[in-house]
Amino acid sequence: MTASTTDKLDSGFGIQDSGEQRNSRIQLHTTVEDHHIAKMAAVALGLTVLENAIPSPLPGVKPGLANIITLIVLARFGWRAAAWVSLLRVVAGSLLFGNFLAPGFFLSLSGALCSLAMLALSMHLPQRQFGPVTHSILAAFAHIAGQMVIVYLWLIPHSGIAYLIPFFATAALVFGTVNGLVAARFMDNDDKPVLESQS
Amino acid sequence: MNSHESPAAFLRELRPGDWLTLLAGGLCIILLTNKIWNGGIADTAVIRSSGKIFSSAPLSRDQHIEVPGPLGTSVITIEKGKARISSDPSPRQYCVRQGWLERSGEIAICLPNEVSVELTGGVKRYDSLNY
Repeated sequence: MTASTTDKLDSGFGIQDSGEQRNSRIQLHTTVEDHHIAKMAAVALGLTVLENAIPSPLPGVKPGLANIITLIVLARFGWRAAAWVSLLRVVAGSLLFGNFLAPGFFLSLSGALCSLAMLALSMHLPQRQFGPVTHSILAAFAHIAGQMVIVYLWLIPHSGIAYLIPFFATAALVFGTVNGLVAARFMDNDDKPVLESQS
Repeated sequence: MNSHESPAAFLRELRPGDWLTLLAGGLCIILLTNKIWNGGIADTAVIRSSGKIFSSAPLSRDQHIEVPGPLGTSVITIEKGKARISSDPSPRQYCVRQGWLERSGEIAICLPNEVSVELTGGVKRYDSLNY
């Protein structure tokens, strides 16, 4: 059976009408890429859970370990796959922790969207000079910027939160660097596609 | 992964541009911190007695200011760009125990003696009453 649309469907599902019989059934068309994305998102989710067990000195300061996966997926499968993994992780993570559509969810979402936008730009930097560490740092800064905007516009509309920016920015630089290094090191050690090595 | 990972192995992952990004990021943070945290530096202590401005003293000059109130005299000390109420006749001494005020918007109030000191100047980030 051919899919209902011309371009390959990723994680979408097509409803198929088998001819004259009104015998419609729903079938999930999954591509190999879907499976890769799902696996990567699952690993990212695992890291999110792990990270939530680590106590944080300041609410909102988290290492963002799941972004290691986003960086690897970005380097291996491109931006679209990275965006899928990142957003799936945000949504599934919020379901897991029970804060779907709660403020924390929107903070994660806006952070993720801003980092993805930043990654879309930074991935065009010359690869010889700029590696995962650069992407990670830039994405981390974009992440806190996105979160601060939500915090300011919605949660705490007070300029006093600007006082906290240095803390968040420092955390972003440190954790961005560390995550980038881990991602780079992982890809160096593992020249085979990451998915084969994990399955 | 290798059985042993040395920090050097991680450092080798940094490409020239990555160093540049790190440097630029660090620089941005330093500038940002300077701007945000020093924006609130105060230059004037506004002293009020019974709701009226008693005096506006620059923080650049060290001095003691005696402010009369209904209970007696409160003494305000200005030193090294900071100000505090060093003595006050109020029974619970809250304003004295508040200590040094350094940033714009900070305020110490002695309610019983109706004396207050507020720091102003710079960019007023928040005031401690409304915060």
